[in-house]
Amino acid sequence: MVSDAHDFIRLDRVEKVFQVRRKTGFLRRERHEVRAVDSISFAVARGEMVGYIGPNGAGKSTTIKMLTGILTPSGGRLRVAGIDPSRERTRLARRIGVVFGQRTTLWWDLPLIDSYRLMHRMYRIPDARYRENLDRCVQLLDLGDLLEVPVRQLSLGQRMRGDIAAALLHDPEVLYLDEPTIGLDVISKARVREFLRDLNAERGTTVLLTTHDLQDIEQVCRRVMVIDHGRLMYDGPLASLHEVGESERTLVVDLERELPPIEAAPARVVRVEGPRQWLAFPASESAAPLVARIAAAYPLVDLSVREPDIEAVIAKMYAERTERSGQVNEEGGVGRGGQATEAVS
Amino acid sequence: MASPTTTGPYDSSTPDHLYTPYRRLREGLRAYRMIAAMWIRSTMAYRLSFAMTTFGNFAGTVLDFVAIMLMFSQVDRLGGYTLPEVAFLYGLTSTAFGLVDLAVGSMERLGRRVRDGTLDTLLVRPVPVLAQVAADRFALRRLGRVTQGLLVLGYAVAVLDIAWTPLKVLMVPVMLLSGGLIFGAVFVAGGAFQFVAQDASEVQNAFTYGGTTLTQYPPTVFAKELVRGVTFVLPLAFVNWLPALYVLERPYPLDLPGWTAFASPLVAAGCCALAGLAWRAGLRTYRSTGS
Repeated sequence: MVSDAHDFIRLDRVEKVFQVRRKTGFLRRERHEVRAVDSISFAVARGEMVGYIGPNGAGKSTTIKMLTGILTPSGGRLRVAGIDPSRERTRLARRIGVVFGQRTTLWWDLPLIDSYRLMHRMYRIPDARYRENLDRCVQLLDLGDLLEVPVRQLSLGQRMRGDIAAALLHDPEVLYLDEPTIGLDVISKARVREFLRDLNAERGTTVLLTTHDLQDIEQVCRRVMVIDHGRLMYDGPLASLHEVGESERTLVVDLERELPPIEAAPARVVRVEGPRQWLAFPASESAAPLVARIAAAYPLVDLSVREPDIEAVIAKMYAERTERSGQVNEEGGVGRGGQATEAVS
Repeated sequence: MASPTTTGPYDSSTPDHLYTPYRRLREGLRAYRMIAAMWIRSTMAYRLSFAMTTFGNFAGTVLDFVAIMLMFSQVDRLGGYTLPEVAFLYGLTSTAFGLVDLAVGSMERLGRRVRDGTLDTLLVRPVPVLAQVAADRFALRRLGRVTQGLLVLGYAVAVLDIAWTPLKVLMVPVMLLSGGLIFGAVFVAGGAFQFVAQDASEVQNAFTYGGTTLTQYPPTVFAKELVRGVTFVLPLAFVNWLPALYVLERPYPLDLPGWTAFASPLVAAGCCALAGLAWRAGLRTYRSTGS
């Protein structure tokens, strides 16, 4: 069980290859292989919170599907809590919770509580355990007034909270969330993130989430993995990702009147539109001193900071990698890098 | 609050490959009951709509038999069979099919679940997928067809002049059971095919709904090749034709020997085994292709 704690989730050169048939003419088809996941290796310790990011079609969902046993890997070795998911999917199902952001598992026409009662029986959760977990989720996710409401009448944010509770009633040791905040308003997003942090702190539940929203990662995960074209591009803390990707944040400044471009190194003006100016500065720098310097020297009306877009970060990482081919990931060849740059540009 | 969970929760479950077939079946039926009950409750959220669709289902199938009665207002016999005899065939197949349609009719929606990706939500639950797919959108309104089938069968039994022997009496439930299993196998195999071709539900309908329509009539009205096909290829002839012709003391089609009337349960068991294999193959394909 000692190794289990450190290698709670373990992937060794896991691959998933799909055969894709493309129509090239009437009844004529061309077959080719798509490597959705290309030799990925990583380990997640029990109790970690990991963000899994990457552009659409990068292989995030395919990885989650292999981790949950939905898909069988084409190659490599994969273990979750010592179980081979594809061989013992049903047994693993009792120990994991899964939330698909865009597919609810709740019963549409029935009150929320009915879906929970089904989980209670389907997972054979002991009564006391069920009641304790339900009470806890109801309290922390603020579901008290919603339990008797038919799911179809819930807002998207309420339903997502309901789905998260449904995935946790059987005390899963690991919770997978596929785009848990997609389409949610700011308040709902904040509530979901706070809940996940609490869950991890109090229960030690391992959390693995995929997202497009960098703030999900910033506020929830200590560790981030970037995947693109089926390959693991980065694995480490978020702050270092910005360094690796040399990403930039943007400061949008509204001045009282039109002025020549602001001078405030290391920031540089990238765009001017009347009294509004856009300044780019390294994401690793703090915004506060920069704002203070600008406020002291210029007639400031309003300002805002924009976080770097995750797609931009990854695009930058690619550009880096093509230049210094192979430094970030010793597996990465020039050919792959070139192909990727083409795809993101 | 509770200390961090470091051990598996109350779970002493057996690895999947150690599940005995009996335990799988029991788990499957348990899951089926729970999910079907949820769908019944869902339906009851719209009681009026439920009452109307059930009545509509019943009325629709009644009209189906009325069409046959109208035919008999013009002719005395159809392929050599009287109205009560045709009603006997019709009632048997309609009841058997109705029961199976009620139980697993939703399998034809599997293709849609594969297309929109919602099948994945079923695969992460600790219960057999087949049970979940079969119970999906369980619709009590389908009792309409069963009711109609039983009424027609009751009429036939009441009117027919049959010298009932214990064996002939026994044949009726045997036919309903094995007929149901044969249709069920077609539903499951059709569902398995939808893992590969997601818009194949029409092909499946041809065999299920088409199959019932076929066996509602005596075999003598069809071309020999067709009768041969539904005897030896897709054994729908064993749903009711062969056993019912024994009860009615009619000659068998294709000069088949007398014992074939009693082969229905065996044929049904064989069909179920094949359908089970097809289902496993289909699910395996899905899990390796993801589409």
